[in-house]
Amino acid sequence: MDMSQAILSNRLADNEIADNFTDIAPPLTNKQVLVASERCLFCYDAPCIKACPTAIDIPLFIRKISTDNAHGAAKEILSANILGGSCARVCPTETLCEQACVRNTCEAAPVNISGLQRYAVDNLDPGRGYPFNRAPATGKSVAVVGAGPASLACAHRLARDGHQVVIYEASSKCGGLNEYGIAQYKLVDDYAQQEVEFVLKIGGITIQYDTALGRDISLPELQQAHDAVFIGIGLSNNNALNIPGEDHPQVQQAVHYIKALRQSDNLAELPVARRIVVIGGGMTAIDIAVQSKKLGAEQVSLVYRRDRKAMGASAHEQALALSQGVELLFNAQPETIISDDKGLSAITFQRTACDENGKLLSTGQTFSIACDRVFKAIGQHLDKTPLTALSNQAQPPRLDNDGRIVVDEKFQTSINGVFAGGDCIKGKDLVVEAVNHGNRAALAIDQLLKKNRLRKR
Amino acid sequence: MADLSCEFMGIKSINPFWLASAPPTDKAYNVVRAFKAGWGGVVWKTLGEDPAPINVSSRYGVHYGQNRQVLGFNNIELISDRPLQLNLDEIMEVKKDWPDRVIIVSLMVPCEEQAWKNILPRVEATGADGIELNFGCPHGMSERGMGSAVGQVPKYIEMVTRWCKLYTRLPVMVKLTPNITDICQPAQAALQGGADAVSLINTINSITSVNLDTLSIEPSVDGKGTHGGYCGSAVKPIALSMVSEIARHDATAKLSISGIGGISNWRDAAEFITLGAGTVQVCTAAMLYGFKIIDDLCDGLSDWMDKKGYQSIKDFHRAALPNTTDWQHLNMNYVRIAHINQENCIQCGRCFAACEDTAHQAIAMTEQDGVRKFSVKADECVGCNLCQITCPEPDAIVMQDIDQGKPHLSWIHHPSNPFAKPATD
Repeated sequence: MDMSQAILSNRLADNEIADNFTDIAPPLTNKQVLVASERCLFCYDAPCIKACPTAIDIPLFIRKISTDNAHGAAKEILSANILGGSCARVCPTETLCEQACVRNTCEAAPVNISGLQRYAVDNLDPGRGYPFNRAPATGKSVAVVGAGPASLACAHRLARDGHQVVIYEASSKCGGLNEYGIAQYKLVDDYAQQEVEFVLKIGGITIQYDTALGRDISLPELQQAHDAVFIGIGLSNNNALNIPGEDHPQVQQAVHYIKALRQSDNLAELPVARRIVVIGGGMTAIDIAVQSKKLGAEQVSLVYRRDRKAMGASAHEQALALSQGVELLFNAQPETIISDDKGLSAITFQRTACDENGKLLSTGQTFSIACDRVFKAIGQHLDKTPLTALSNQAQPPRLDNDGRIVVDEKFQTSINGVFAGGDCIKGKDLVVEAVNHGNRAALAIDQLLKKNRLRKR
Repeated sequence: MADLSCEFMGIKSINPFWLASAPPTDKAYNVVRAFKAGWGGVVWKTLGEDPAPINVSSRYGVHYGQNRQVLGFNNIELISDRPLQLNLDEIMEVKKDWPDRVIIVSLMVPCEEQAWKNILPRVEATGADGIELNFGCPHGMSERGMGSAVGQVPKYIEMVTRWCKLYTRLPVMVKLTPNITDICQPAQAALQGGADAVSLINTINSITSVNLDTLSIEPSVDGKGTHGGYCGSAVKPIALSMVSEIARHDATAKLSISGIGGISNWRDAAEFITLGAGTVQVCTAAMLYGFKIIDDLCDGLSDWMDKKGYQSIKDFHRAALPNTTDWQHLNMNYVRIAHINQENCIQCGRCFAACEDTAHQAIAMTEQDGVRKFSVKADECVGCNLCQITCPEPDAIVMQDIDQGKPHLSWIHHPSNPFAKPATD
């Protein structure tokens, strides 16, 4: 096989691919759990709880682990965050709970909260029955649009409260970014689907697959058919570079490639470029860069227009990329993508600088990197057309300057009875934050529906 | 370099560290390994009359802290389960090979004069340095009228001790059981019987745990368990107190004391010696870590003595005793309060939870720019030490003396005491 080919499948042997895509943070051994749990100080009003968007009572669940009550620990986690299992795997804990851990102060190492959380949730005893019960049926029904983390959390809460939930999902699978977007090695063994199955076990949730808002059903129809609506449609439009040469087929959206990777039954068959340039500075940029290396790309350069500190990806993620042999380049903005009839040849950059206000300045210096493929990982934005499509009288919910849906403190949009959460509203675009949105929106919806019921009497 | 040698009951020892009568001193093989490692002496595991007792399978239990740290340990073993003559032969041989090491032979035979009269000459013939009367074992042998069954009745202690002094010229040490109410009474009985020394504490009646799956008691013998003798670092505070009680009361003060109970390191040993122990005996720590710990015991103690200017064990023997007293003599005008060193505080809030929930609400929690700050409310703090004890950081909370400018005032003279004595009394 000629490895010098620009685009090639099977760059690595099957066993190498399998090794590369195993669990990046394998489960803790029982002994590691013992040592890690013993380090938790059971802080008062613990900083880690405050740092968790879903406010999981971390010291309490760790104490339960340390007393050989992992099942109780799992219930503690899941009652605050029904996706506690995937959050344990995908949360950037180094910027959340573990950053807040007081053990950092004198020992420069936090309690391994993510590892312990995973241990607890993995040790929920299936023999003990489903850990949550549904309240008596309220006779109310709620439409949940999308089946990502925010929607799943919202649906689960509402089902627990006794409401009937219908999830309208555009694709044929639930899970949202956990299924399609998270790096493969963070959620192995089809964990996203295992978790979805667990969420749905509460009962009272039906799913209409392949039903997209604005394509198969309209917002007014949902409002008509249900007592409330939750929108968790994420951000489906990908930002463009808007530079010459961008329309070449080897200039691709990172999220599209990751989606294909996540749905692939045989990773070795994915076409992998020899030399790859990734444009962006967030988690997606790291994910595509690392996964490209793991698939056998020879050279992967991640180029970010600002400096290292401004990068959206945490130091931990950056270190992961470096450890995999990804080259990180800073202060460079893409200018032109150059190709010939054989394919891409290079991408040129302009070096940038920042003024004291953080504004990006051009320096006039340029350089280029030879490459066979460019991945764009420069963010997504909301596709607002589904909000109004299929309906001539519909008013879309109000959007903010970034084009995301505006919600109030109860996660209600500008339309009465229509709520939203997850990446389609303003936030940090984390699974754990989406769960928090879903939780809180569900609480508000429950209050609204119970109030309406009282009023009708 | 400090001199660790000492003399106890007239016996010279190269250091004050002896292995207590227990499995580590069961036979020549172990004892020779101990002497090679550097232990000053051993108390040979208790000899009794033939036929030797039979032990059960599953013998030790444990009280764990988090992360399998052994806090306390118990056993249901009996005295030596080897033939008497085998033990005596080995003792003689080891003593011959290791003349500078101390071998004390622990003994337990029935409470009959003849039994003691029979065994004592045989022990003396081995060349051993002394005997220890095992009046302490709280399990098994006590059901047969020996061990703590004797140690709990002062007149039996006195009687047997007297027999021993009559039938051997070896120094006699009486090992006391802590399973009594007032340790001074058995100590006094030993003294009256003519004992040269007492050793304490023997182990404490205990059940270390219940297996929550089988509901059997640990250590489990075919599903059943019995109370065993508790030892290990968890018992050190009890032992320290009992040693000090004997050392500081006039009636028992002249007894030599071999301190036993949870001694795991040189610091523990130094504490026992300051409260009256002339030698110390170690068992559990050796059973958990092996004989090599003697290196740190000797080196640590010697180094501390050098730092403090003590040239020999005598120099700090009983040095802390003048500071033990009865509650009624404590100075009620003394005030100490907690102080939190902010630079060492990691903001875990444990002190706040402890004080707010269970003590005196004397810690304030404030927040500035998202950073928590814990500080002591001096007016509310009673100096109980709880916050300092709870604090995971060694140097974050210190207890500070507050000079009240007032003279010493004990409860005996306190105006609130209806039975107060005049200050001149």
